[in-house]
Amino acid sequence: MNAAILVGTMAIVTMLLRFLPFIVFKKYTPQYVVYLGKVLPPAIIGMLVIYCLKDVSLVSGSHGIPELIAALIVAGMQAWKHNSLMSILLGTVIYMMLVQLVF
Amino acid sequence: MGINIYMKKDIIRKAFIKSVPVMAGYVVLGIGFGILLRSAGYGALWAFAMSALIYAGSMQYVGVGLIAGGASVITTILTTIMVNARHLFYSISMIGRYKGAGRFKPYLIFALTDETYSLLCDGETPDEENADLYRFLVSFFNQCYWVTGSVLGGLLGAVIPFSTEGIEFSMTALFIASFTEQWLTRKDHIPAVTGFAGTLICLLVFGSENFLIPAMLLITLVLTILRKREEAAE
Repeated sequence: MNAAILVGTMAIVTMLLRFLPFIVFKKYTPQYVVYLGKVLPPAIIGMLVIYCLKDVSLVSGSHGIPELIAALIVAGMQAWKHNSLMSILLGTVIYMMLVQLVF
Repeated sequence: MGINIYMKKDIIRKAFIKSVPVMAGYVVLGIGFGILLRSAGYGALWAFAMSALIYAGSMQYVGVGLIAGGASVITTILTTIMVNARHLFYSISMIGRYKGAGRFKPYLIFALTDETYSLLCDGETPDEENADLYRFLVSFFNQCYWVTGSVLGGLLGAVIPFSTEGIEFSMTALFIASFTEQWLTRKDHIPAVTGFAGTLICLLVFGSENFLIPAMLLITLVLTILRKREEAAE
């Protein structure tokens, strides 16, 4: 029973966070928010890249080398072919090989 | 507003292709979540409920700990706000894009995860007229992968026939590919640099547990200052 209440709480709070900006700016969106909507996407994606790599340690384990190699491959493939699926697939397969077989 | 069946099929196909990069990551991370939840004493039905209703990956992992540890409602509310505050960001930047989405709008907002955001934030769509249907389908396919993985994990427990070590990198790769693409297609690189460098600085200063909220504040601050400058220059 308690678990159900906690699941419900997490669901409602998450939903509120997602809906809040849409509710607040339903009638009128200030120019400032329009501006944020334009510049935030690349900033957020930059933030998410760091967020995903936050637990990589440069001083211990494999020193972040597999992550660096795989990240360069993904970025390079994307710049070359502009095919996200291919970039992600190749980068991930190489990363898996690196962590399972090499490091 | 009738759209013919061939057009519809084409949109479904294109939305599916767009969602494929998320599939492996969501299924595997979903399985991981299902296994974790099961080991805490809650089976596949719970995994389904959480993935259908909460639908926020890192929060659900944290949520297993909250449930297993018998956390209070207040603790759960505060933890959810801390872990999921970044969703405010996603929504703010999608206000314009989702404005005319009509009946699809509530689900589009509900299903705005990190990965769905990164697929849809560039605004690209096969055709403008059916953009909302397309975005709805991409969002929905992604949640299907997540729910499927979670339930599988809850059913199977820890039995996976091959080593999936490292497959979680597909999510990182998704963001790197999206970052690269936006870098190449946009002239102004200042927002991208702000997001990347600002977050990196906050990670170094605040540590990996507490850097996300300071990072969001810093990014907003820098971008706000830059806007004032832009206005002053005009």
